[in-house]
Amino acid sequence: MGPWLVQNSVYRNIYAFFDGFMPAQLGWLAYFLAGFTVMFILINGVLLLAAGMVYAERRLLGRFQVRLGPNRVGPFGLLQPFADIVKLLLKEDVVPRGADRLLFTLAPVMMVAPLFLITAVVPFGKNSYLANLNVGVLYLVAVTAISTLAVFLGGWATGNKYAMFGAMRAVAQLISYEVPLVLALVGVVLLTGSMALVQVVEAQRLPFLLLQPLGFFVFFCATSAELNRAPFDLMEAESEIIAGYHIEYSGMRFGLFQLAEFGGVVVSSAVMATLFLRGWENPFVPQGWTQVLPSHLWFLLKTALFVFLFIWVRATLPRLRIDQVMGLAWKVLLPLALINIVVTGIEVWLWPRPTTAQLWAMVLINWAVAGACLVGFSTLMERWGRRPTATVVPVRLPVEVRYALWIGRAEGDDGNPGQLSAEALHYSIPGAEGAPAPSLSGRGLRVV
Amino acid sequence: MTKPLLASEVAKRVEEGVPGAVEQAQGDHLWVRPERIREVCRFLQSAPGLEFNYLVSITGVDYIEYFEVVYHLVSLRYNHSLVLKTRVYGREEPTLPSVVPVWQGADYQEREVYDLMGVRFEGHPNLKRILTWEGFPGHPLRKDHLGA
Amino acid sequence: MTLQGEPVILNIGPQHPSTHGVFRLRVLFDGEVVQDVEPVFGYLHRGTEKLAEERAYTQVITLTDRLDYVSSMTNNQAYVLAVEKLAGIQPAERGMYLRVIAAELSRIASHLVATGFFLQDLGAFATPLMYCFRERERILDLMEMLCGARITFSYMRPGGVFQDAPEDFWPALRQFLAEMPHYLDELEQLLTENEVILARTKGVGVLPAEVAINCSVSGPVLRASGVRWDIRKVDPYDVYDRLEFDIPIGTNGDCYDRMMVRLYEMRQSLRIIEQAVRQIPPGPARAKVPFFLRPPPGDAYAHVESPKGELGFYLVSDGGIAPYRCKIRSPSFINLTPLRELLRGWKLADLIVIFGSIDINMGEVDR
Repeated sequence: MGPWLVQNSVYRNIYAFFDGFMPAQLGWLAYFLAGFTVMFILINGVLLLAAGMVYAERRLLGRFQVRLGPNRVGPFGLLQPFADIVKLLLKEDVVPRGADRLLFTLAPVMMVAPLFLITAVVPFGKNSYLANLNVGVLYLVAVTAISTLAVFLGGWATGNKYAMFGAMRAVAQLISYEVPLVLALVGVVLLTGSMALVQVVEAQRLPFLLLQPLGFFVFFCATSAELNRAPFDLMEAESEIIAGYHIEYSGMRFGLFQLAEFGGVVVSSAVMATLFLRGWENPFVPQGWTQVLPSHLWFLLKTALFVFLFIWVRATLPRLRIDQVMGLAWKVLLPLALINIVVTGIEVWLWPRPTTAQLWAMVLINWAVAGACLVGFSTLMERWGRRPTATVVPVRLPVEVRYALWIGRAEGDDGNPGQLSAEALHYSIPGAEGAPAPSLSGRGLRVV
Repeated sequence: MTKPLLASEVAKRVEEGVPGAVEQAQGDHLWVRPERIREVCRFLQSAPGLEFNYLVSITGVDYIEYFEVVYHLVSLRYNHSLVLKTRVYGREEPTLPSVVPVWQGADYQEREVYDLMGVRFEGHPNLKRILTWEGFPGHPLRKDHLGA
Repeated sequence: MTLQGEPVILNIGPQHPSTHGVFRLRVLFDGEVVQDVEPVFGYLHRGTEKLAEERAYTQVITLTDRLDYVSSMTNNQAYVLAVEKLAGIQPAERGMYLRVIAAELSRIASHLVATGFFLQDLGAFATPLMYCFRERERILDLMEMLCGARITFSYMRPGGVFQDAPEDFWPALRQFLAEMPHYLDELEQLLTENEVILARTKGVGVLPAEVAINCSVSGPVLRASGVRWDIRKVDPYDVYDRLEFDIPIGTNGDCYDRMMVRLYEMRQSLRIIEQAVRQIPPGPARAKVPFFLRPPPGDAYAHVESPKGELGFYLVSDGGIAPYRCKIRSPSFINLTPLRELLRGWKLADLIVIFGSIDINMGEVDR
């Protein structure tokens, strides 16, 4: 048994249970079965929570939008997500003709994988975790980065232009937001002195939400963007590119994308609860005091709090434009995260082992810095964000493209591109010969 | 109230600017020769005191022996209006000059008249069917169209 | 292996959540930036003008319902005014007031739909849309009291309206008038104080006044560009000359101004309805007009300020019972003329927003 597994109460109990009725020489089997059981519980737990999240989101959105939400299937519509899953499973699984079959099939699986990988390191109760990696925080970041690739693969493999738009947006957005996401976590690591998530929870004498307001803000924004939740849901913007990268997915493949999205919200909320709200601990009283509720329940409650926050934001905010989203990442969140690192670093350097009074002083300083930064940057953003960005940079195109774009041919137009009248120049695309022609079936990129 | 200008008075002005264009004036309806329509429109748009800068609508009417194309004009500055009409003869290729260079608002409307009534507008930058599809048989708003 | 970027032609529509019907845009993109646009019409073309030539004057009213189906009342009104002008009918006083009330209610309903879908196009996940629809529902209830229908009203007739408002219509209308301003305040707060909305709409899709006039744009889109041109003021019909109201105009002609113009127009509509309710005289709601009208040969053009812009009917009579020619000057159709100027150089997301801010209705575009 590994060293960290010994401390893991859940695992130990299950192991003891299996070991109890197994002959001594089959100890390895009990070891294996216990691990399998924990994983089984975790994965299904995440799936159930994702289903619950779907239900909660739909009901809450209904409330936000002065309507009822699903309330037909089961009591209060509680079985709605299961009805949805059954429907998705029974649907025909369509692979478009132009799609790259292998990548098309691979993408949804890749999308879901990080979801379960994250759960491995998140402590979901006192002494309850699958692994307490000493690089837990790093592992989180590394694992979530997989979904970027999955989104891009999905969009690319579909062979649909809308999906391609979604995929291109996704790559730009997800990679940009990785940076502030990682930097926001540095503050937490500085305060903890460890990257293991269990240690992060134990180090929170005060919830890091108080100590790291800027870090939390940046992390929340970046996570929203990574999960493509509103207002950063550009890659699946239904009013623009309809569903973006998963436009052609149907049946359970679509279901997997949905699962990844909703499950992602749950898991990210769990991570946030761990990193910023003391994980399984009672958040209101100092550590070591009597727990009012069981640790698992606290953890669930905190997760639900952040899930609610995500839903609330989604019901409230319209979508940003791609340049505004990128601007937010590089011009606002990145500097904010850096400021947070500097301030936290100085504080940790001054007070390596802070007393309670010093902790509260840190809280005050950090909130003051956060307030000043947010006011300053929102003023700047107002100036940047409102600046219109229309720039007509005509693509150089051969005139035949005009016919590709237009349906049918104008009357009196003999098809000779050189014979355009003065009035027609208004309609022709400025350009010259020899430039790349737009492909009618292509993806905006081609191999030369 | 939008004041309908007396066509006979507008006709005098038009005769000064574009001699020989007016055919007939009656009430607020001014008939002009089809081949001069663009010049007349350009004149009406810019003539001081008239300044018909807003083209309300273009309509084609099929009177069997001829097509009448009706331009409703309004001046946003003086708030007066004029109905400009022109008769185009011939069932096969009735043609008259396009007024898109004068008012861009004529763009889709001329295409519509062409599509539904079969009146060609010469000099239109993009004259093709707009409401029906390419290859639609005939022009549906003509009185001899049997589609309906 | 090297990768080379190339322009992409994307079909937006005819089935697309943000084209407000079956509109189709063929767009040439360089990355996300719109290089050229070709609108394709006709997917909802039902030949209304041809159908009108084979129906008696009164029967055409039902066809006009199907033009701009979110504000059928103004369509009825424009057509009925044209028939009255053609046949020289003096409508009943009470009927004219009822028409104005119905048309203004229709305008509020249409602007609510426009605002809601505009915010939906911006990406607000249905929340503002549902709020707008909640209020629109109340207007539809009022309409149902008036004429028994909720979408296709066919309420107006040459000479007035086909029936007087029922007794319980007036208290319901008064309650609506009392509660609506509060809701409009809420909507205005939502539009003017949300940073994301401001960032997405201010300065986006600017339509200069000269271009707007030259392109025959009308309605809120024209007024947002700073042109004070409202048919209700410049060429009053029915009883608008007896009512006091202002014409809100924009300054920049961007998407934000177009939305704000619509918002303020809703307030003015409430003002108009309040005055109309106060002024409405007793009497018959409809003048005596035979069902089969035979207007003298001639032509007439009548226009109204519909929520989308100037809706005009040009009727030609040959003395028969059906119009010889019935031309519909539809604002949605003509407002799309400057589409190319508006969209070039903006990004895909802006394209949707700018298009949404023009507020078209496919029933009217394709007729």
